[in-house]
Amino acid sequence: MGIYELSLATIICINIILALGLNLITGYCGQISLGHAAFFGTGAYVVALMAKAGLPPVVNLAGAMLMAGAIGIVVGVASLRVRDDFLAITTMGVGFLFLGIVRQQDSVLGGEMGLSGIPPMGLEKPAFLVMVLAVAALCTAFSIYIKKSWMGFAFDAVATDEDTARLLTVNVPAYKLTAFALGTAMAGLAGGLYCYFTRFIMPDDFGFITSISVLSMVAVGGIGSVPGVIIGTMLLTLLPEMSEFLSDYKLLFYGALLFAVMRFAPDGLAGVGSSILNRLKAKGGAA
Amino acid sequence: MSVLLDVQKVTMHFGGVHALTDVSFQVMEGEFLSLIGPNGAGKTTMLRAITGVVHPQTADIHLDGKTIIGLPTHKRASLGLAMTNQIVSPFKSMTLRDNVALAVGHERIATVFKAVAAMGRSAEHKKAGELLHMVGIGEHADQEVVGQPLGLLKRLEVARALALKPKLLLLDEPLAGLNHVEAERMADVVVGINREGLTVVMIEHNLGEVLRISDRLVVLDNGRKIAEGKPETVMRMPHVRAAYVGMEAENAEA
Repeated sequence: MGIYELSLATIICINIILALGLNLITGYCGQISLGHAAFFGTGAYVVALMAKAGLPPVVNLAGAMLMAGAIGIVVGVASLRVRDDFLAITTMGVGFLFLGIVRQQDSVLGGEMGLSGIPPMGLEKPAFLVMVLAVAALCTAFSIYIKKSWMGFAFDAVATDEDTARLLTVNVPAYKLTAFALGTAMAGLAGGLYCYFTRFIMPDDFGFITSISVLSMVAVGGIGSVPGVIIGTMLLTLLPEMSEFLSDYKLLFYGALLFAVMRFAPDGLAGVGSSILNRLKAKGGAA
Repeated sequence: MSVLLDVQKVTMHFGGVHALTDVSFQVMEGEFLSLIGPNGAGKTTMLRAITGVVHPQTADIHLDGKTIIGLPTHKRASLGLAMTNQIVSPFKSMTLRDNVALAVGHERIATVFKAVAAMGRSAEHKKAGELLHMVGIGEHADQEVVGQPLGLLKRLEVARALALKPKLLLLDEPLAGLNHVEAERMADVVVGINREGLTVVMIEHNLGEVLRISDRLVVLDNGRKIAEGKPETVMRMPHVRAAYVGMEAENAEA
């Protein structure tokens, strides 16, 4: 692998961690978030500042997760008050709030210029890829575990009908906050890794476009499906790289894709895949 | 017989609408009580006040001697209140069996920490199968909810409520939308559950079935309690008849 392929593979793994985090919140627990990039950014800025202060990488990444998760819980409190469209607007506002802060704060966060000169993690590019790959695998395993556990069962109930879930003893606020805490901590982890990868971060890396991109990856792959989200993330990260046209019109492409998926295949690639499988099975059964 | 549910002085106003005004009644352990009255009488609001979905301006409600005012809905449910909705609300993402299994295993999701460590659903699936069988839809257990007929979903609601092992079962129009045969079957299911010792409070407009299966009636009209007692006694009261005849006349016009 050349440098380019290594970088691309690393970015894919980081995006997978980021998207699996959003999938926990939106896919598992049914809470829409249009501000996921803010937690990605929180993780990146925390790692940048801690690394510059001379702290070791493991501590910094843990700090990124904790900070992003803690802010995630605060934002999650909003989900206890507002639902659906209003939650979408609220989380979008959180994204812009984050941008506003990092853009304006010059002395510590570097303002528009961002933060550069972040100390390296001490891994060569191939080793860094292996490490990120391992973290992505862990996050995948964690997501699958959650889905299979009774926590995933309760998330499913909250996502489908929270009023009925309450009548069945489900402590809806606790589950929503847990989903936000876990999902945003994963975004923080992704942000921390991204920071170590680029060693130079700018506010624009964590803007609204990033939030929409992650949401597109989750939606195109199939909201709630772990394999779907992974495939969706790979596709949406690779396609703009393979075609200059798609790269130039990335947001238009993501928007059109998001629209097409919502209109024609609301369950995303995972839904299309399983319906083809079912049809094949039905044919096999008939023959 | 002891008092299982003690509802005292419930007043609930939505802006200028007086949904409930100073309504009190008690439910004895093991009893089958029906809450009747014309549309808009406040019956559903009363059940929702009991489960904590709505919060009355004044109310004093005790379940099994403990006050439940101020507790959120999920806490009241874990204290032994189960309710089925007038408009069926199955979890559409799940099979019938999973719908019930979640309620069977409700203790495993009492806290997020318990839930994250809890794996495997086979015991709950088995119990869910038994409950679905009990309400007469056992053979549909592994089907998806989407596309099922209303009669079946109404039974699913009851099975899911029973899965909580409640002390008190609140049923909001379990027979509405069912045809004559289905309604009778459903009423028999509900009576069977009550005979096995579960206390039931039911809202229902199907007076034939109400009179057939209830031990006692509480009649609401315009948010006030206008009568209470044995079905035959209550239905002979002139003001109850007036409230009902009024309603039936309106229905006939519509």
